[in-house]
Amino acid sequence: MTYLYAAYAATWIIHILYLGSVAMKYRRLQREIEELRRKR
Amino acid sequence: MSTPTITQATLTKDLRLEWRSKDAINSMLFFALLVVVIFSFSFNPTAEESRQIAGGLIWVAFLFAAVVALNQTWARELRNQVLDAYRISPAPANALFLAKAIGNFVFVSVLEALMTPLFIVFYTLRALGPAWQLIPIAALGTWALVVNGTFFAAMSIRTRSREIMLPLLLFPISIPALLAMVEATSAILTGEASARFWIVLLAVYDLVFTTVSLLLFESILHAE
Amino acid sequence: MKRAFPIFGLLTLALLSFALYEALIAAPTERTMGDVQRIFYYHVPSAWTAFLLFLINFVASVVYLIKRNPAADAVAAVTAEVGVIFCTVVLVTGPIWARPVWGIWWTWDMRLTLTLVLWLIYVSYLVLRRFSSSSQTPLIAAVLAVFGAVDVPLVYFSIWYFRTQHPSPVMGRGGSLDPRMLHVLLINWAAFLCFAFLVCWSRYRLERLEREVEETQALEALLEPRGVR
Repeated sequence: MTYLYAAYAATWIIHILYLGSVAMKYRRLQREIEELRRKR
Repeated sequence: MSTPTITQATLTKDLRLEWRSKDAINSMLFFALLVVVIFSFSFNPTAEESRQIAGGLIWVAFLFAAVVALNQTWARELRNQVLDAYRISPAPANALFLAKAIGNFVFVSVLEALMTPLFIVFYTLRALGPAWQLIPIAALGTWALVVNGTFFAAMSIRTRSREIMLPLLLFPISIPALLAMVEATSAILTGEASARFWIVLLAVYDLVFTTVSLLLFESILHAE
Repeated sequence: MKRAFPIFGLLTLALLSFALYEALIAAPTERTMGDVQRIFYYHVPSAWTAFLLFLINFVASVVYLIKRNPAADAVAAVTAEVGVIFCTVVLVTGPIWARPVWGIWWTWDMRLTLTLVLWLIYVSYLVLRRFSSSSQTPLIAAVLAVFGAVDVPLVYFSIWYFRTQHPSPVMGRGGSLDPRMLHVLLINWAAFLCFAFLVCWSRYRLERLEREVEETQALEALLEPRGVR
């Protein structure tokens, strides 16, 4: 049933999008820290 | 410096100020009137249908009007740095909260008293159930909105988009109370069910949230 | 400690894959609804996980109110966010399930309605955290969390009575559950709990890092001889 696969896919898409945004923010912060360290 | 004396003093002061300027009442009244008229244009129900939907329409109109009143709860205090003075004074914080909440309750109740005849006229309403029960429903429901609204208005003081933050915080938490108010009113109007459960639920809601608000207001007042 | 994260990650991935297999293949097919019923194995554990996360948020908020411990505030912020994510999953899988089974997208089913209200309450919590310009945001947020948590039983009872007055389709099983289905359900719940723990752990690391950076920046601003900004 397509509905079944849609539901499972939707679940993982939501989770992956969220984890992706967390990872991106983490990387951006790491870059900021690098810049702050270099400024010193 | 006891709580009742301060509460009464602050309350009389607010009521007198409001009576002279009629700021809050006028804006609320006009807003509620607009809502009623727009609803009347959008829905053209028969008498039977009116009784089914009027409960929801009335409380949505009162809810929006109440938000207008709640948003200006602390405006005067903020303009005149009253909150800072209050924090330093030995006066109990709860007195201020109760005064504001009761003040708002009075304003919204006056609004409801003025708007109800209008609703009856626009929708040709006639209650098929025990109409006297609408009084406790209105009282308990209004207090439910006002007690949380006054508290959340205080919490929203130091936020961006203060006027939006208040309804944003208030509406989800008020869902059980709103459901109760609307269902109870519809039950009385249609006469199809008993409103007793909803009235009890509203009473419990009021008790719980009045207690929580009184317990936590002091922390919020000092939290700016 | 650094090693634990990837190891736990791999274990969770294995558990999730196993749970997926159980849900899609091993579990018996439901009589009335057919294969669509298997959405249940993702829908229900997500709801339970979300509720658990919100419970942790409540406890962390109370701890913060009593002890003013910044770690407690960080836990509260993290669990609220991850809880909202899981709530979103419930609210998306619910209608996808309801449509083929009942022909309607939404039903005022107990679990679905409760999840919707919780979603609204905790989204407003997250908005407050983001929009608050007070220095005491953790305190205000903790107070809101207490309000929200106290509201939950009231929401439950109001929805319960509403449903007795206005009956609507019940999602999930109307009666008792086949033990094999319960088994698969619990496996999926265990897998999602591990996954939620991983997500919270990652988000917590991000939160700690953000706070450290903020504190360092604030300190630097204080120590600078003349504010250049």
